[in-house]
Amino acid sequence: MVSQIDAQTRFMQDALNARAFRQQLLASNIANGDTPNYKAVDIDFSKAMQQAMGAAVRSTVPLAATAAGHMQSLHSNPLGMQVKYRTELQPSIDGNTVDMNVEQAQFTDNAIHFQALITILNNQFSDMRRAIQGQ
Amino acid sequence: MSLFQVFNIAGSALTAQSQRLNVVASNLANADSATSATGEPYRAKQVVFSAMPVEKGAPGAVGVRVTSIIEDPSPPKQVYDPRHPMADSKGYVTMPNVNAVEEMVNMLSASRAYQTNVDMMNTAKTLLLKTLSLGQ
Repeated sequence: MVSQIDAQTRFMQDALNARAFRQQLLASNIANGDTPNYKAVDIDFSKAMQQAMGAAVRSTVPLAATAAGHMQSLHSNPLGMQVKYRTELQPSIDGNTVDMNVEQAQFTDNAIHFQALITILNNQFSDMRRAIQGQ
Repeated sequence: MSLFQVFNIAGSALTAQSQRLNVVASNLANADSATSATGEPYRAKQVVFSAMPVEKGAPGAVGVRVTSIIEDPSPPKQVYDPRHPMADSKGYVTMPNVNAVEEMVNMLSASRAYQTNVDMMNTAKTLLLKTLSLGQ
């Protein structure tokens, strides 16, 4: 029973971590909306979750950074998610690929999903509390 | 908690955009300054944005910073006004190369970007407060 609770909350934890990480990526896209040569990035959320659920073994091996000057790979994030560049819809002359409409829509969408996860987690907790109290 | 990085990223964008707004203000204020401390007419200034990784941020999550402020290389305007004290022998005055239309567009773009980043911070704040009230 306890391990079941653990598995269930760990799934929610992974999902929240992925959502928070994605929020960070979308924030940098919006912040760099006017930066020349900036390329918009994002993760494939469903693929990242499948990867997190599927196995503890990550398919990508993170690059070890043992000195301050070492480069960090784009994959060294909490869930080993693959950060990809977004396909641009309307190319601009300064090499920037941020489409503000897309980014804002995704940012709001991600925020709502995050809140939904929190609500579901809250409901799970109150269900468990009810089960413990037996009322 | 990686959501806190949203504040750093949006914060860096707010700083950069307000710097851009400062430069626009300086350009518009000096649109008619035919001379300056150096004796030359004022030259329009432009900010250069560059993506910069934030402190402790995950790779891929980058903020924005103004790396340099450059002077517009376009030639200064020549205005015919023989009664002007700075006029040359042919009656032309060298005026700043500030393009008022361009500056107004720059100002609107900076102010919209600023608003978007403030909205982003508010969203991150809502999410964090929701997370704090988890299990209550």
